[in-house]
Amino acid sequence: MLHTVNKSPFERNAVASCLAHAVDGAAILFIEDAVYAATKGTSVAAKVEEAVGKCKVFVLGPDLAARGMSEDNVIAGITVVDYEGFVDLAVEHSAVQAWL
Amino acid sequence: MSEVMDLPGDDDDYTSGVVKKFMFVNRKAPHGSIYALEVLEMVLISAAFDQDVHLAFVDDGIYQIVKNQDPARVGMKNFSKTFRALDGYDIEKLYVEREGLEERGLTEDDLIVDVEVISQAEMAELMNGMDVVLSA
Repeated sequence: MLHTVNKSPFERNAVASCLAHAVDGAAILFIEDAVYAATKGTSVAAKVEEAVGKCKVFVLGPDLAARGMSEDNVIAGITVVDYEGFVDLAVEHSAVQAWL
Repeated sequence: MSEVMDLPGDDDDYTSGVVKKFMFVNRKAPHGSIYALEVLEMVLISAAFDQDVHLAFVDDGIYQIVKNQDPARVGMKNFSKTFRALDGYDIEKLYVEREGLEERGLTEDDLIVDVEVISQAEMAELMNGMDVVLSA
């Protein structure tokens, strides 16, 4: 399963709910305002770091750049992907679950 | 009978050039919705009316003034640069809540404009003293 999340972790509980429902080995991709969840030093970073240990976690590069979030400031273990990478992830997984 | 109608714009408050304390409260991240850009449009319009304008950045609104935004990558306008032009409109009272910065792992150095960083309690007092508050 590929989980996509597009809401800021500080405004909605979509990130938290996704992390709580993703099983070990699942893929999680942060897009749009959810890219803030992939940055270091936030109040939700510990939860995200915990997920990195059991899931494959990705973040969409163009959405990071749009928001002024440096790739150097992404939590270790999270892979930055471009739009092609997004497509590859969608193809590789049997289903996509979108957390809106 | 010559009766003067009480039209909006006729009252003393309006014609005597009373200056009210306005606050625009920004709480939304910049590119995931249209709120942030719409508030900025309102701020620029307010500058034409010579009011005492205050801008508050709390919660995800703080992300609106983060440096190095490149929203052309996702087909959005880079309005973060407009915040740097506000002092040209005599809008210089920008406030950021310290707790919100810390929650997001940000510091004042990450911001594109000069702001006053204040505590949540100070922000609450500031908000309480306003005549008009517009929030999004």
